[in-house]
Amino acid sequence: MPEQLVYAMEVFLNGLMAGVLYALVALGFVLIYKASGIFNYAQGVMALFAALTLVGVMEGQVPFSHLINAIFGTDIHHFGWHLPAIVGIVVTILVMIGLAWMVQKFVFKHLVGQEPIILFMATIGLAYFLEGVGDIMWGSDIKKLDVGLPQGINTWIDESTFKVFDYGFFIDNLDIFATLIAAILVIGLVIFSQYSKQGRAMRAVADDHQAALSVGINLNFIWVMVWSLAGFVALVAGIMWGTKSGVQFSLSLIALKALPVLMLGGFTSIPGAIVGGLIIGVGEKLFEFAIGPMVGGATENWFAYVLALIFLVFRPQGLFGEKIIERV
Amino acid sequence: MKKRLATMAVAAVMAAGPVMADLVFPSLSYRTGAYAAGGIPFADGYADYFTLLNERDGGIGGVMTKVPECETAYNTEKGVECYESLKDSGGLVYQPLSTGITYQLIPKMTADDIPLHTMGYGRTSAANGKVFSHVFNYPANYWNGASVIVNHLLEQNGGDMKGKKVALVYHNSAFGKEPIRTLEELSAKHGYELSLLPVDHPGQEQKSQWLQIRRDKPDYVIMYGWGVMNQVAIQEAANIRFPMENFIGIWWSGAEHDVMPAGEAANGYKAVTFHAVGDDFPVFDDIRKYVVDKGLAAGAGDQVGKVVYNRGLYAAMLAAEAAKKAQEIHGTAQITPSMMRDGMEALEITEERMAELGMPNFGPSFSVSCENHGGDGLGAITQWDAAAGEWKMISEFGPSDMDVIQPLIIEDSEAFAAESNIEQRCN
Repeated sequence: MPEQLVYAMEVFLNGLMAGVLYALVALGFVLIYKASGIFNYAQGVMALFAALTLVGVMEGQVPFSHLINAIFGTDIHHFGWHLPAIVGIVVTILVMIGLAWMVQKFVFKHLVGQEPIILFMATIGLAYFLEGVGDIMWGSDIKKLDVGLPQGINTWIDESTFKVFDYGFFIDNLDIFATLIAAILVIGLVIFSQYSKQGRAMRAVADDHQAALSVGINLNFIWVMVWSLAGFVALVAGIMWGTKSGVQFSLSLIALKALPVLMLGGFTSIPGAIVGGLIIGVGEKLFEFAIGPMVGGATENWFAYVLALIFLVFRPQGLFGEKIIERV
Repeated sequence: MKKRLATMAVAAVMAAGPVMADLVFPSLSYRTGAYAAGGIPFADGYADYFTLLNERDGGIGGVMTKVPECETAYNTEKGVECYESLKDSGGLVYQPLSTGITYQLIPKMTADDIPLHTMGYGRTSAANGKVFSHVFNYPANYWNGASVIVNHLLEQNGGDMKGKKVALVYHNSAFGKEPIRTLEELSAKHGYELSLLPVDHPGQEQKSQWLQIRRDKPDYVIMYGWGVMNQVAIQEAANIRFPMENFIGIWWSGAEHDVMPAGEAANGYKAVTFHAVGDDFPVFDDIRKYVVDKGLAAGAGDQVGKVVYNRGLYAAMLAAEAAKKAQEIHGTAQITPSMMRDGMEALEITEERMAELGMPNFGPSFSVSCENHGGDGLGAITQWDAAAGEWKMISEFGPSDMDVIQPLIIEDSEAFAAESNIEQRCN
């Protein structure tokens, strides 16, 4: 087999893996947009906030310690414990549920019936607020996140492909793990939204707020639930990306990677987020591999958007998005 | 009654004596945002050194110093706003810690007659003082850094790099592209093969670049990165099992926060530097005694001795020494930004002076002149020891290849002079 084709196969597989990581971020956007029509600009910051909280809890960091020390002249920084990852994850999930409740109680409850652009602006404010709170609460230093996920080359794949192609493929163990998690997450979310009472209520709210209210669905509860789910997805994305780079404030920029995925997959489809992520991941990696060297490289960021725009020409609602028909 | 009040007022003014205004060293810092991990230690080191001078020496030449901070968040527009808002404070020299902000400030500050110091960043060709009258980038610039790295590789290969493959992984920005021309010239001179691998901002996803490195198998990888790009690159290098001792970063890719997320896997990674690392210098005893223990440390006081803290401290020391030189030249303790520029242009840092300051061998000896605003361009190599959790110097400060670099500086700066109608000075 030609050497370049073997390399392209490796790039293809890595593109799939990268796509899963993009899709993990996109899922959070989809959940909130699907249930409330809000494009949540703060989704990337929520991933950052969740990861900061997870590391802080695991490492026993005292939240707001700099502020407390500055006001009271104390010198406290740590509780002195190191908690297992599972405890940290549970506590962080509770924090994200609390955050969802507060977001609903103090922001969106007061904006019911407002134009989508107003709601979008509110999420921009929320993003800056959360970033600031995260900074004051946990500090802005880069934190190592280790929840026990495997990292580095998968030697089995390396050796197996070497036997076949005389070249061992590189696949990161973390990416394989992320793929498994994403698959479980999507299956869980689809089952939840299709078969559970709350899931059906969520879909009813997504279809028509007023109609959902008229049949006795508690809108506030549903929105808190959806923001909690988005918070959970943000935590998963934060763990995966934070394990790669350490938990730091640029983690919020992963949202940029989700936008072309959403454009391509559609804002309202959970499977769309996954398929969109895979297409973007594979597309950008193969383009960089084949064309990148001819045009100076670094094509991935812009090519992802070009790819999404090409799809939009043929399907403006995205691959799996709902087709909106407005009658005059 | 009126006469008595007037007499008392005059007496009070005479008793107070002449009021000395503080010497102002503004700090354009970034303690928030994606690059805060690098901005905080620099700002702390910069502020702590001036606090030390105030507490221990009573300021500079008997005049107390002041360090007003303005948060730029590493954003060019905010950086320019900070400069404009602080301009009337009488700031003697500005250090924006951002190449983007530097490019915006060069024409403004030259017109305002205020000096700009961009130590290890900014516009490299500003080293030509004939063209850039108010910009200084001593003791080393990006091109010196690239050359010192190549010198280190030459040393490792017995002076012969022919047939060796070197890959440059760089931030796809003006900063990251800076060393390309120098590395190309050095490649022609020493016979190594150079490949270029740009990484788009912010650099969280670098799989393509590292897969290519895995396929091409370069002997060495040089990195010009900043922010999250550094941590991801080091992790990806570890993932593909690239030998860390063959992976060398520029000074903006060589701090504790760059290697910590990769843990043990980062052991052996190297970086070039223009100042010492660690806190085994007498000046740190003074910092602890006069600043930290008195509760006067900037920020949380937890950055002392870290690589970028040392850089901030070193930048402050160089600014203070230039201010002293300006006081000597002009015979007044109350210097203006214009006088400060003169002091910077006449700055001479010797080993003896560094020892007096409690910083023996903390940085290289160098001198500045009207023609040369870049110093002597010396650098050293540091290496990360993951087990000890610290950076270690593994070489002395050595020269860069000025035979290659100087013509590039002249070419670039003269092109700038021609397009900006700048009349060259120092004739």
